[in-house]
Amino acid sequence: MTAGMTPIVKNTARLVSGFIAVFGIYIALTGHLSPGGGFAGGVILAAAAVLVVLAFGGQAARKIFTPAQCHLWDAAGAGLFLAVAALGYVSGGFFVNFIGRISTGQTFRLFSGGTILVSNLFILVKVSAGLAGAFLALSALRRMRGGGAALEGGGI
Amino acid sequence: MSTAIYILAVSVLLGGLYAIVAKKNVVKIIIGLLAIDYAANLILVLVGYRKNGTAPILAEGQSPAELAKTAVDPLPQAMVLTSIVIGLGLTALLVALALRIYERYGTFDTNRIRRLRG
Amino acid sequence: MGIEYLVLLLLAVMLAAVVIAVETRDLLSSVIAIGAAGFALSVIFLLLGAPDLAITQVVVETVALVLLIRLIVTRRDTADETQTPRDALRTGLVMLAGGVLLCGAYFALSGTDGVIPPFGEPVLGHKPDDAIPPGVSADYLARSAEQTGAANAVMAVLLDYRAYDTLGEATIIFVAILGAYAVLRRSGRKKHGIEEADT
Repeated sequence: MTAGMTPIVKNTARLVSGFIAVFGIYIALTGHLSPGGGFAGGVILAAAAVLVVLAFGGQAARKIFTPAQCHLWDAAGAGLFLAVAALGYVSGGFFVNFIGRISTGQTFRLFSGGTILVSNLFILVKVSAGLAGAFLALSALRRMRGGGAALEGGGI
Repeated sequence: MSTAIYILAVSVLLGGLYAIVAKKNVVKIIIGLLAIDYAANLILVLVGYRKNGTAPILAEGQSPAELAKTAVDPLPQAMVLTSIVIGLGLTALLVALALRIYERYGTFDTNRIRRLRG
Repeated sequence: MGIEYLVLLLLAVMLAAVVIAVETRDLLSSVIAIGAAGFALSVIFLLLGAPDLAITQVVVETVALVLLIRLIVTRRDTADETQTPRDALRTGLVMLAGGVLLCGAYFALSGTDGVIPPFGEPVLGHKPDDAIPPGVSADYLARSAEQTGAANAVMAVLLDYRAYDTLGEATIIFVAILGAYAVLRRSGRKKHGIEEADT
């Protein structure tokens, strides 16, 4: 499967994967207003990455995003989520909604809910990078010849 | 009627349990784990259902007191939301393990894997 | 009511799909059947008033199907089952325990004893002087808009009232993905000359 698919599939993936990614980010960012949230949005964004890996093959997809980048974004998302939790000490305790204590904004607007919006964003980053990286690592397991030396593409 | 719904959900759980215990193929074991995951999430959401209830999302112009009277319970839904995504992570881990097993032993059959000594 | 009959019907479909997935010998058929069960589950979530869960379940099911089909598509072992008497004994004991669970579930979940409220009347509906103590969900629903500013009560519970649990869940996802990476690593495995078939 590292060879990718037919040109029809490749062109369709070029057109569609951007829309899927934007849709995933939208679902994650408006999680506090309508159904969805960071987890669902993260999986949708990872599905866009999965589409790219399937349509173009593991080799070509590694030129777009490498496993090292996925590791970085994954850890960054988790670390930033923890930072938001620790910043809650500013107004009282762990995970306190410190932005919400200042002002919760108008309900039904995008900038309401305090740290809920920010947490959704970081969870989106974390979940999508983790799943995309795992799928990329799985796709590199296809061809291995000879003495079991390093994978094509440089391994993990 | 309501007990029938619960009994069916527990039956799905038992079906998954049977697959894990009695089947010899690694892929069947993964499928059994997925079935248990679905059944557990379903039972949690079923406990929180309210007759003729609506989704726990405030609509424009609705007062929160009205929402508390007509919405389903949001607490089990919050628990199950992350559980679904954890199930996906678990599936990824299991598929990676199964790939390694096939690569190492050439088969998915646990009977034959036990007889081969690495 | 109409919705309960629909939920019952979809549950029957899901049970049939799981039975097919567990029993059929062809691996591709069983993966497709478990995919059908997952999509039926997402419609059940929608009917039970949980649109967040329906969205998440659909997308998670799609990605899980892609993963499983990639696993089996060139490795078409069929599931041959040979059971020894020891296996049958073990299976019988576990299924006996499962039967006990089913009976226990029947009595606990039919709402007769008050441990779990009957179907359709969650704890949040009870007044404070009832035998069943009231849950916090009624408070969450009534106050999430003014206390947190979020219209979606499930998100408010997940990321404000119970954010600590979400941190735990994010850690679990992290560890599971890390485990997948650790299993797939290649460094240090230089001894095996394995040829993979071309796809």
